[in-house]
Parts: sequence; structure tokens; C-alpha cells
Amino acid sequence: MPMQAQEIEDLLRESFPDAEIQVGGHDGVHMSAMVIDESFRGKNRVQQQRAVYAALKGKMDGANGDLHALALTTKAPE
Amino acid sequence: MTDVKTRIDETVKASDVVLFMKGTKDMPQCGFSSRVAGVLNYIGVDYTDVNVLADEEIRAGIKDYSDWPTIPQLYVKGEFVGGCDIITEMTLSGELDGMFAENGVTFDKDAADKIREANG
Repeated sequence: MPMQAQEIEDLLRESFPDAEIQVGGHDGVHMSAMVIDESFRGKNRVQQQRAVYAALKGKMDGANGDLHALALTTKAPE
Repeated sequence: MTDVKTRIDETVKASDVVLFMKGTKDMPQCGFSSRVAGVLNYIGVDYTDVNVLADEEIRAGIKDYSDWPTIPQLYVKGEFVGGCDIITEMTLSGELDGMFAENGVTFDKDAADKIREANG
């Protein structure tokens, strides 16, 4: 089932309560998300994006997942 | 290690650069796979393409192998480098060149610079 931007943001907010989060896209299947969080500092991009995928709790799991594609941008605050 | 993990392990270690993708390097079947294959093709990297659509076991197994839920996935010298967004960022920042250079992977630096000029 497609996901609303708000659902994605809510899931991310649970794992990253103090992050700056922007979710874009509108078809619920091809979405984008930017997460800027202090917990990313010192981590490489793979580690940062794994943390985001973990927060989405399986919503990205391929053919059976709700989200087909999520373009991700992650970084620590400047 | 399960059989599929062994197969993937052997595949990623058999070549310096391996891209797990939907479709092939000549005929990608997904925009994200197409973008990464396009970069590698354009900058002249010699790489092995693995079409996950042709092998359901690999398609499912690669996600556990890398602990990464999406395709494409790029490996250099057996190490997972990232998916489409990471490769795009690394291409534009020049980190991809640096990583290939460090690992002794041949590529066309001028072509990589052209991508950056066109997207600067």
C-alpha cells in the first residue's frame, strides 16, 4: 500500500526525534526524504542511510514493501 | 553461511567492481539502476553487472548480505559502497573518483569531470 508523506515523517520522527526531516513526493510510491540529525555525525553515508531504512521498519522491503523508491539525503547538522 | 550468501560473496570478490542492478548494463530496467550503470559506463569503469531480475535468490539474498533494502548496490573490492543516492552524491563530490583511484580501478577522469561540469 502506498504511504503518505506524513506516515513516513511520523516513522522517521520516532527514531530521530530531534532531526530536521523533509519528506517530498506525492504518489506514495516514489518518495524522497531528507534527514539531518546529530546522530549521523561521524558516520558514513551507508551507516546513515541504514539507520533511516531501519527506522522505516521494512516499508522498503522490495516487491512486498509499501515504498518502491525513497530518494534519501542524510547528513549531520552543519 | 547459506548457499546464496556464498554465491554472492564469491561474486563480489571475483571482480574489482560489481553492480547488482535491475536489468543489465546495456539494458537497465529501472531508473535508479540505469543512473548508476550510466555513470560507470560513461567514466569507462570495467565492472561486472549482476541482473537481480534474472535470479530471485540473489534478488532476495543481496539485501541480507549488505543489510541494505534497495537495488542497485555497488561493490568495490568486495566492500559495499552504496546505493543510487550515495553513488550520485559521490560522483558529484569527486569521492567516487577518489575511491576508484585508491582501489586501483581504472576510469576516465575527464569523463567524470564532465559529469560534474554538466551538473555543477
